[in-house]
Amino acid sequence: MSGRVLRARSGEAVRTADVPLLPLDGFQGIVADALTAGSRVVAYFGDAGPDGAVRLTAVLADDGEHAVGLLSTVVDRAIPSLAAECPALQLFERELAEQYGVVPEGHPWPKPVRFERPRRPGPDPWGRAGPLETIPGAYPFFEVEGEEVHEVAVGPVHAGIIEPGHFRFQCHGENVFHLEIVLGYQHRGVERLLEGGPDRRTVARIESVAGDTAVGNALAHARALEALGGVEAPPRAAALRAVALELERLANHVGDLGGIATDIGFLPTSSACGALRAQFLNALAELCGNRFGRGLVVPGGVRFDLPADAAARLAARLAAAWDQVAAAARVFFRAASVRNRTDGTGVVPTPLARQLGLVGPAARASGLPVDVRATHPFAPYAARPIPISVQEAGDVTARARVRLDEAAASAAFVQATLAALPDGPLRAPVPPPRPDALVVSLVEGWRGELCHAVRTGPDGRIARYKLVDPSFHDWMGLQLALRGQQISDFPLCNKSFNLSYCGHDL
Amino acid sequence: MIGILRERLRLGHQTIAYPDGPARFPARFRGRPALDPARCAGGCAACAAACPTDAVLRPGTSELALDLGACVFCGACEEACPAGAIRFTRDYRLAMRTRPELAVRGDAPLLARALDERMKRLFGRSLRLRQVSAGGCNGCEAELNATGNIQFDLGRFGIQFVASPRHADGIVVTGPVTENMRAALRTTWEATPAPKLVIAVGACAISGGAFAGSPACHDGVDGGLPGVPVDLYIPGCPPHPVTLLDGLLRLLGRVEGDRLQLGDTGVL
Repeated sequence: MSGRVLRARSGEAVRTADVPLLPLDGFQGIVADALTAGSRVVAYFGDAGPDGAVRLTAVLADDGEHAVGLLSTVVDRAIPSLAAECPALQLFERELAEQYGVVPEGHPWPKPVRFERPRRPGPDPWGRAGPLETIPGAYPFFEVEGEEVHEVAVGPVHAGIIEPGHFRFQCHGENVFHLEIVLGYQHRGVERLLEGGPDRRTVARIESVAGDTAVGNALAHARALEALGGVEAPPRAAALRAVALELERLANHVGDLGGIATDIGFLPTSSACGALRAQFLNALAELCGNRFGRGLVVPGGVRFDLPADAAARLAARLAAAWDQVAAAARVFFRAASVRNRTDGTGVVPTPLARQLGLVGPAARASGLPVDVRATHPFAPYAARPIPISVQEAGDVTARARVRLDEAAASAAFVQATLAALPDGPLRAPVPPPRPDALVVSLVEGWRGELCHAVRTGPDGRIARYKLVDPSFHDWMGLQLALRGQQISDFPLCNKSFNLSYCGHDL
Repeated sequence: MIGILRERLRLGHQTIAYPDGPARFPARFRGRPALDPARCAGGCAACAAACPTDAVLRPGTSELALDLGACVFCGACEEACPAGAIRFTRDYRLAMRTRPELAVRGDAPLLARALDERMKRLFGRSLRLRQVSAGGCNGCEAELNATGNIQFDLGRFGIQFVASPRHADGIVVTGPVTENMRAALRTTWEATPAPKLVIAVGACAISGGAFAGSPACHDGVDGGLPGVPVDLYIPGCPPHPVTLLDGLLRLLGRVEGDRLQLGDTGVL
């Protein structure tokens, strides 16, 4: 990246005025060059610009340098689309159209994202008039035509206890030609609710962005506000937060292994992991009273301590639980009836994963070593690095393996951290956010990279809160993984990604 | 095969003792709050100023109450109160049949009334439910899923979540009811044959929770499914699986009385 980009660290506040404001062609040139050279887009979002125009900001990952590159431009009603050249941008450009009415001209897949109300008055990019119709009816589905082609529509209300989304399969017999996923049903208006804060409501809303990632999002938020206030959480708080983040990862990864087993009909691992997942949720409840870690992480530190003797008892229970997980996983990966379903199913090859900009276990299962804990580390990860788990095959087996390996690394990390909790205070007072500043705070949640980009206005209040859930990067990966698969393998493929609906829909 | 059987034996019996024996909760678990308004200093509103969801009603007066329909059980009010007027107990029983009953004023247990005899006869031994997430964050959904695992084992009471509203005796709604799910929620309710139950789970479904007042949501089932009576409200953010079990079993008359059976986990 050239000098026309402001380099910042994750969790470092910069003056908004220092972010280079480039002409559109220069801005797009830098973004396209960076992405085609193998960099990743972390965020790419609109914001209120001068005279009713839109300020478009790109956050590009410079993983090798442990930094992000920031650059902006001003756009109005249309921009040339980069999505054909850089598929990782396709959903970001559609979001820009939906939120700010900026039409990406020449976009290969120009569809609504989450059916939210526009942030700026003006013509609708899809030419819709009046109140929006219900989602599936108002969506331009891709259709395969032919006498032997049939369509399968599923959702938004699904068979299990799952969040809503609509899946449309174009099938030839059992084979899936194409899967299209329509989301937006979960849109709660989170980003706009956060503007004007921080206030007493902010943390509860952040924890509810995705309830299974309450710790991850609360941590990314806390680190953003700490950066804007110019403080750091004390070492003991940082250690307890990392323990909670890894417990969240353990609970979800173990649950997902059980879920994959359930969808295969392999009951031993399904039953065992369903119950063992609770051990890690219960550990979070021991720490803070809530099984999902709500109420633990606050800007400045944590609200609950863990005395040394309790830490030792908790560590002993977790060690025993992990042994059981390892045993349940062993029979899973050894069973021929399992491998027959998972090997070679739902493959995302490495070049495709890179093109789409996948993150999290989905990326690492396709050979991409992206993990915020290694590439943008903060305390205590900088001092106690966690090994990154990578597989090459990109199939369901690989995604399951990555989860198991990561969970094992998290279990070891929790043991080591609980055995050596630093002394000291739990909270530091957080001064009000400094005005006219921008911070990008990255945390490796269990699904992958969580990005909280926060800009303050001249009054120091939050003027724009851009959330990027890892699922926002990854949903297209699932859609493409289904091509050429049996439709009966969809639940299995879906579970192996286990993406967030509400995290995407915001 | 031998390895699989060995693992199965090693796992042993996992189902919790509740409702015949105690349910074990961590020392820090925040269940039903107990209020002592006599301790309130006139004019003090520290609890309300700390609450993220406007759950504190009439702070600083003898009429102090906590609306569990809005409460996310974060404990911020307890932390902020200088007089100790609010204290979260570990009583996991939180479900009630009507919305006003969720406003807690003293230290009495919350025990949901059972259905009338006719409905109990219909559903008491076999209840099939359809779940609809209408903006839920996957917290309530995860705990509802957990009620079906081998620990909580909802199936042992004849309660089951089914794949179609046509097969269901009622719907369980989570989330603040987003505008984008409003139509699908109503269609699902209409597709469920009468007589049918509506159960609202979690702060979002009861009051909008952390998303109350959002222009993209309808403040829960009462706002998002107007004209449809709710039969059971189960508070929490999310409610613990045992809180869900307690609410459902009391509704069906399968658990009665006010004896609280609480066990410790022994970590803290």
